[in-house]
Amino acid sequence: MIDILIDVTLLAFLAITAIAILRIHNLFAVIMLFGIFSLLSAGVFVVLDAADVAFTEASVGAGISTVLMLGTLALTRGHHEKPPAHRPWLPLVVVLVTGAALVYGTVDIPGFGDPATPAQQHVAPRYLEQGQAETGVPNIVTAVLASYRGYDTLGEVTVIFTAGIGVLLLLGRRRRDKASKDEQP
Amino acid sequence: MKHDLILRVLAKLLIPVIVLFALYVQFHGDYGPGGGFQAGVIFSVAFIFYALVFGLDSAERVIPAGVLRVLASLGVLIYAGVGVITLFKGGNFLDYDVLSQNPVAGQHLGILVIELGVGITVSAVMLIIFFTFAGRGRD
Repeated sequence: MIDILIDVTLLAFLAITAIAILRIHNLFAVIMLFGIFSLLSAGVFVVLDAADVAFTEASVGAGISTVLMLGTLALTRGHHEKPPAHRPWLPLVVVLVTGAALVYGTVDIPGFGDPATPAQQHVAPRYLEQGQAETGVPNIVTAVLASYRGYDTLGEVTVIFTAGIGVLLLLGRRRRDKASKDEQP
Repeated sequence: MKHDLILRVLAKLLIPVIVLFALYVQFHGDYGPGGGFQAGVIFSVAFIFYALVFGLDSAERVIPAGVLRVLASLGVLIYAGVGVITLFKGGNFLDYDVLSQNPVAGQHLGILVIELGVGITVSAVMLIIFFTFAGRGRD
Protein backbone atom coordinates (compact mmCIF):
# COMPACT_ATOMS: atom_id res chain seq x y z
CA MET A 1 0.00 0.00 0.00
CA ILE A 2 2.72 2.44 1.02
CA ASP A 3 4.64 1.44 -2.14
CA ILE A 4 1.75 2.49 -4.36
CA LEU A 5 1.42 5.74 -2.44
CA ILE A 6 5.13 6.54 -2.93
CA ASP A 7 4.96 5.57 -6.63
CA VAL A 8 1.91 7.75 -7.27
CA THR A 9 3.41 10.69 -5.36
CA LEU A 10 6.75 10.52 -7.22
CA LEU A 11 5.12 10.14 -10.64
CA ALA A 12 2.68 12.97 -9.89
CA PHE A 13 5.58 15.24 -8.94
CA LEU A 14 7.42 14.17 -12.12
CA ALA A 15 4.39 15.11 -14.22
CA ILE A 16 3.96 18.44 -12.39
CA THR A 17 7.65 19.26 -12.89
CA ALA A 18 7.44 18.37 -16.59
CA ILE A 19 4.40 20.62 -17.09
CA ALA A 20 6.10 23.40 -15.16
CA ILE A 21 9.18 23.08 -17.42
CA LEU A 22 6.88 23.48 -20.44
CA ARG A 23 4.99 26.46 -19.03
CA ILE A 24 7.87 28.51 -17.60
CA HIS A 25 9.89 30.62 -20.02
CA ASN A 26 12.61 31.80 -17.63
CA LEU A 27 15.55 29.52 -18.54
CA PHE A 28 17.18 29.80 -15.09
CA ALA A 29 14.03 28.40 -13.48
CA VAL A 30 13.80 25.72 -16.18
CA ILE A 31 17.34 24.50 -15.38
CA MET A 32 16.49 24.32 -11.68
CA LEU A 33 13.35 22.33 -12.57
CA PHE A 34 15.48 19.96 -14.69
CA GLY A 35 17.56 19.31 -11.56
CA ILE A 36 14.41 18.62 -9.54
CA PHE A 37 13.18 16.30 -12.31
CA SER A 38 16.44 14.33 -12.17
CA LEU A 39 16.26 14.08 -8.39
CA LEU A 40 12.67 12.78 -8.60
CA SER A 41 13.80 10.24 -11.23
CA ALA A 42 16.51 9.13 -8.82
CA GLY A 43 13.75 8.62 -6.24
CA VAL A 44 11.85 6.45 -8.73
CA PHE A 45 15.00 4.36 -9.31
CA VAL A 46 15.38 3.88 -5.55
CA VAL A 47 11.78 2.63 -5.39
CA LEU A 48 12.67 0.19 -8.19
CA ASP A 49 15.62 -1.09 -6.03
CA ALA A 50 18.18 0.23 -8.54
CA ALA A 51 20.38 2.01 -6.01
CA ASP A 52 23.42 2.32 -8.31
CA VAL A 53 21.38 3.87 -11.13
CA ALA A 54 19.71 6.24 -8.65
CA PHE A 55 23.12 7.27 -7.38
CA THR A 56 24.31 8.07 -10.90
CA GLU A 57 21.11 9.94 -11.76
CA ALA A 58 21.32 12.03 -8.59
CA SER A 59 24.99 12.94 -8.99
CA VAL A 60 25.16 13.37 -12.78
CA GLY A 61 21.60 14.40 -13.66
CA ALA A 62 20.78 16.58 -10.70
CA GLY A 63 24.33 17.69 -9.88
CA ILE A 64 26.87 18.08 -12.65
CA SER A 65 24.56 18.64 -15.62
CA THR A 66 22.67 21.38 -13.72
CA VAL A 67 25.95 23.17 -13.05
CA LEU A 68 27.04 22.77 -16.69
CA MET A 69 23.71 24.10 -17.98
CA LEU A 70 23.96 27.07 -15.60
CA GLY A 71 27.48 27.70 -16.89
CA THR A 72 26.19 27.61 -20.46
CA LEU A 73 23.34 29.96 -19.56
CA ALA A 74 25.85 32.41 -18.09
CA LEU A 75 27.65 32.48 -21.46
CA THR A 76 24.53 33.19 -23.50
CA ARG A 77 22.69 36.51 -23.58
CA GLY A 78 18.97 35.94 -23.31
CA HIS A 79 17.70 34.31 -20.15
CA HIS A 80 14.22 33.95 -21.58
CA GLU A 81 12.84 31.58 -24.17
CA LYS A 82 11.77 33.21 -27.42
CA PRO A 83 7.99 33.09 -27.98
CA PRO A 84 7.14 30.28 -30.44
CA ALA A 85 6.94 31.44 -34.04
CA HIS A 86 4.32 28.92 -35.23
CA ARG A 87 1.30 27.11 -33.85
CA PRO A 88 2.00 23.92 -31.87
CA TRP A 89 -0.68 21.72 -33.47
CA LEU A 90 1.59 19.44 -35.55
CA PRO A 91 4.08 18.77 -32.68
CA LEU A 92 1.11 18.15 -30.37
CA VAL A 93 -0.34 15.52 -32.72
CA VAL A 94 3.09 13.84 -33.12
CA VAL A 95 3.58 13.76 -29.34
CA LEU A 96 0.09 12.39 -28.70
CA VAL A 97 0.45 9.64 -31.35
CA THR A 98 3.93 8.66 -30.09
CA GLY A 99 2.73 8.68 -26.50
CA ALA A 100 -0.28 6.52 -27.37
CA ALA A 101 1.99 4.05 -29.22
CA LEU A 102 4.33 3.87 -26.23
CA VAL A 103 1.46 3.30 -23.78
CA TYR A 104 0.10 0.61 -26.13
CA GLY A 105 3.60 -0.94 -26.15
CA THR A 106 3.71 -1.19 -22.35
CA VAL A 107 0.76 -3.61 -22.49
CA ASP A 108 3.10 -6.29 -23.83
CA ILE A 109 5.93 -5.58 -21.37
CA PRO A 110 6.28 -8.35 -18.74
CA GLY A 111 5.40 -7.46 -15.16
CA PHE A 112 7.97 -5.74 -12.92
CA GLY A 113 10.35 -8.32 -11.41
CA ASP A 114 8.74 -11.22 -13.31
CA PRO A 115 11.33 -14.07 -13.18
CA ALA A 116 10.00 -15.68 -16.39
CA THR A 117 11.02 -12.82 -18.73
CA PRO A 118 13.77 -13.51 -21.31
CA ALA A 119 15.95 -10.77 -19.81
CA GLN A 120 15.98 -12.60 -16.46
CA GLN A 121 16.75 -16.00 -17.94
CA HIS A 122 19.74 -15.44 -20.21
CA VAL A 123 22.87 -14.60 -18.19
CA ALA A 124 21.28 -12.94 -15.15
CA PRO A 125 20.86 -16.18 -13.12
CA ARG A 126 24.54 -17.01 -13.61
CA TYR A 127 25.56 -13.52 -12.38
CA LEU A 128 23.25 -13.74 -9.37
CA GLU A 129 24.19 -17.30 -8.38
CA GLN A 130 27.92 -17.38 -9.19
CA GLY A 131 28.82 -13.68 -9.13
CA GLN A 132 29.97 -13.41 -5.55
CA ALA A 133 31.81 -16.76 -5.63
CA GLU A 134 33.62 -15.87 -8.85
CA THR A 135 34.55 -12.25 -8.18
CA GLY A 136 34.42 -11.94 -4.39
CA VAL A 137 32.38 -8.74 -4.79
CA PRO A 138 29.00 -8.67 -2.97
CA ASN A 139 27.59 -5.83 -5.10
CA ILE A 140 26.49 -7.69 -8.25
CA VAL A 141 26.14 -4.40 -10.17
CA THR A 142 29.84 -3.65 -9.63
CA ALA A 143 30.78 -7.25 -10.52
CA VAL A 144 28.85 -7.10 -13.80
CA LEU A 145 30.02 -3.59 -14.65
CA ALA A 146 33.70 -4.06 -13.90
CA SER A 147 34.33 -7.74 -14.54
CA TYR A 148 31.72 -9.54 -16.67
CA ARG A 149 31.15 -6.47 -18.81
CA GLY A 150 34.64 -4.99 -18.46
CA TYR A 151 34.92 -4.29 -22.21
CA ASP A 152 31.76 -2.18 -22.17
CA THR A 153 32.93 -0.14 -19.19
CA LEU A 154 36.32 0.44 -20.86
CA GLY A 155 34.35 1.72 -23.85
CA GLU A 156 32.28 4.03 -21.62
CA VAL A 157 35.38 5.48 -19.97
CA THR A 158 36.88 6.05 -23.41
CA VAL A 159 33.68 7.86 -24.46
CA ILE A 160 33.95 10.18 -21.43
CA PHE A 161 37.63 10.77 -22.17
CA THR A 162 36.78 11.56 -25.81
CA ALA A 163 34.07 14.00 -24.65
CA GLY A 164 36.66 15.81 -22.53
CA ILE A 165 39.09 16.00 -25.45
CA GLY A 166 36.29 17.27 -27.71
CA VAL A 167 35.38 20.08 -25.30
CA LEU A 168 39.06 21.01 -24.95
CA LEU A 169 39.57 21.09 -28.73
CA LEU A 170 36.45 23.14 -29.40
CA LEU A 171 36.47 25.59 -26.48
CA GLY A 172 39.73 25.24 -24.56
CA ARG A 173 42.05 27.43 -26.60
CA ARG A 174 41.51 30.76 -24.87
CA ARG A 175 45.01 31.01 -23.33
CA ARG A 176 47.07 30.56 -26.46
CA ASP A 177 44.86 32.59 -28.80
CA LYS A 178 45.84 36.01 -27.52
CA ALA A 179 45.40 37.48 -31.00
CA SER A 180 41.87 36.26 -31.60
CA LYS A 181 40.81 37.25 -28.08
CA ASP A 182 39.67 40.67 -29.23
CA GLU A 183 37.39 39.21 -31.87
CA GLN A 184 35.40 37.20 -29.35
CA PRO A 185 32.04 38.70 -28.38
CA MET B 1 31.92 36.40 -4.41
CA LYS B 2 34.43 38.00 -2.08
CA HIS B 3 32.11 38.88 0.78
CA ASP B 4 29.84 35.87 1.15
CA LEU B 5 31.08 34.89 4.59
CA ILE B 6 28.45 32.20 5.24
CA LEU B 7 29.08 30.54 1.87
CA ARG B 8 32.84 30.52 2.41
CA VAL B 9 32.63 29.06 5.91
CA LEU B 10 30.10 26.44 4.79
CA ALA B 11 32.26 25.53 1.80
CA LYS B 12 35.28 24.99 4.03
CA LEU B 13 33.16 22.73 6.23
CA LEU B 14 31.52 20.80 3.39
CA ILE B 15 34.34 20.28 0.87
CA PRO B 16 36.37 17.85 3.02
CA VAL B 17 33.18 15.87 3.72
CA ILE B 18 32.36 15.71 0.00
CA VAL B 19 35.87 14.49 -0.84
CA LEU B 20 35.71 11.90 1.94
CA PHE B 21 32.32 10.71 0.71
CA ALA B 22 33.69 10.42 -2.84
CA LEU B 23 36.56 8.25 -1.59
CA TYR B 24 34.08 6.14 0.38
CA VAL B 25 31.90 5.63 -2.70
CA GLN B 26 35.01 4.83 -4.75
CA PHE B 27 36.50 2.18 -2.50
CA HIS B 28 33.26 0.82 -1.01
CA GLY B 29 31.68 0.36 -4.45
CA ASP B 30 32.17 -3.40 -4.36
CA TYR B 31 30.13 -3.69 -1.13
CA GLY B 32 27.52 -0.96 -1.44
CA PRO B 33 26.01 1.12 -4.20
CA GLY B 34 28.45 3.27 -6.07
CA GLY B 35 31.69 2.87 -7.95
CA GLY B 36 34.11 4.80 -10.10
CA PHE B 37 31.54 6.80 -12.10
CA GLN B 38 29.62 8.13 -9.11
CA ALA B 39 32.77 8.68 -7.04
CA GLY B 40 34.42 10.59 -9.88
CA VAL B 41 31.43 12.89 -10.23
CA ILE B 42 31.19 13.53 -6.47
CA PHE B 43 34.94 14.17 -6.28
CA SER B 44 34.73 16.74 -9.07
CA VAL B 45 31.72 18.38 -7.41
CA ALA B 46 33.94 19.25 -4.42
CA PHE B 47 36.29 21.20 -6.70
CA ILE B 48 33.42 22.80 -8.63
CA PHE B 49 31.94 23.96 -5.31
CA TYR B 50 35.33 25.41 -4.40
CA ALA B 51 35.51 27.19 -7.77
CA LEU B 52 31.99 28.62 -7.36
CA VAL B 53 32.70 30.04 -3.91
CA PHE B 54 36.37 31.05 -4.07
CA GLY B 55 36.61 31.92 -7.76
CA LEU B 56 37.90 30.12 -10.82
CA ASP B 57 41.48 31.36 -10.53
CA SER B 58 42.11 29.98 -7.06
CA ALA B 59 40.47 26.69 -8.10
CA GLU B 60 42.82 26.46 -11.07
CA ARG B 61 45.74 27.08 -8.72
CA VAL B 62 44.55 24.12 -6.60
CA ILE B 63 44.30 21.80 -9.60
CA PRO B 64 45.98 23.16 -12.75
CA ALA B 65 44.58 22.43 -16.21
CA GLY B 66 47.71 20.55 -17.25
CA VAL B 67 47.36 18.15 -14.30
CA LEU B 68 43.71 17.53 -15.22
CA ARG B 69 44.65 16.56 -18.79
CA VAL B 70 47.28 14.12 -17.52
CA LEU B 71 44.79 12.65 -15.00
CA ALA B 72 42.08 12.22 -17.66
CA SER B 73 44.44 10.18 -19.80
CA LEU B 74 45.91 8.36 -16.80
CA GLY B 75 42.55 6.84 -15.83
CA VAL B 76 41.98 5.30 -19.27
CA LEU B 77 45.61 4.17 -19.28
CA ILE B 78 45.19 2.42 -15.90
CA TYR B 79 42.05 0.65 -17.14
CA ALA B 80 43.50 -0.50 -20.46
CA GLY B 81 46.84 -1.21 -18.73
CA VAL B 82 45.16 -3.75 -16.47
CA GLY B 83 43.91 -5.45 -19.62
CA VAL B 84 47.40 -5.51 -21.13
CA ILE B 85 48.88 -6.91 -17.88
CA THR B 86 46.34 -9.74 -17.92
CA LEU B 87 47.39 -10.45 -21.54
CA PHE B 88 51.03 -10.68 -20.48
CA LYS B 89 50.12 -12.96 -17.58
CA GLY B 90 48.56 -15.42 -20.00
CA GLY B 91 44.86 -14.57 -19.66
CA ASN B 92 42.39 -12.87 -21.96
CA PHE B 93 42.15 -9.06 -22.16
CA LEU B 94 40.62 -7.82 -18.86
CA ASP B 95 40.42 -11.38 -17.45
CA TYR B 96 41.37 -10.56 -13.84
CA ASP B 97 41.67 -14.22 -12.75
CA VAL B 98 45.38 -14.27 -13.63
CA LEU B 99 46.26 -11.14 -11.62
CA SER B 100 46.77 -13.14 -8.42
CA GLN B 101 47.39 -16.74 -7.37
CA ASN B 102 43.78 -17.03 -6.28
CA PRO B 103 41.27 -16.21 -9.10
CA VAL B 104 38.79 -14.59 -6.69
CA ALA B 105 41.49 -12.37 -5.18
CA GLY B 106 42.61 -11.51 -8.72
CA GLN B 107 39.06 -10.52 -9.69
CA HIS B 108 38.72 -8.35 -6.58
CA LEU B 109 42.06 -6.64 -7.25
CA GLY B 110 41.24 -6.09 -10.92
CA ILE B 111 37.84 -4.57 -10.12
CA LEU B 112 39.36 -2.21 -7.52
CA VAL B 113 42.07 -1.01 -9.91
CA ILE B 114 39.85 -0.45 -12.95
CA GLU B 115 37.26 1.34 -10.76
CA LEU B 116 40.09 3.63 -9.69
CA GLY B 117 40.88 4.30 -13.34
CA VAL B 118 37.22 5.06 -14.04
CA GLY B 119 37.07 7.44 -11.06
CA ILE B 120 40.21 9.36 -12.07
CA THR B 121 39.10 9.83 -15.67
CA VAL B 122 35.51 10.78 -14.82
CA SER B 123 36.49 13.37 -12.19
CA ALA B 124 39.22 14.88 -14.40
CA VAL B 125 36.95 15.11 -17.46
CA MET B 126 34.07 16.64 -15.46
CA LEU B 127 36.47 19.29 -14.12
CA ILE B 128 37.94 19.91 -17.60
CA ILE B 129 34.45 20.48 -19.01
CA PHE B 130 33.45 22.75 -16.13
CA PHE B 131 36.65 24.83 -16.19
CA THR B 132 36.48 25.16 -19.98
CA PHE B 133 32.85 26.34 -19.92
CA ALA B 134 33.29 28.61 -16.91
CA GLY B 135 36.62 30.00 -18.14
CA ARG B 136 35.14 31.01 -21.48
CA GLY B 137 32.90 33.69 -20.01
CA ARG B 138 35.87 35.30 -18.27
CA ASP B 139 37.63 36.82 -21.25
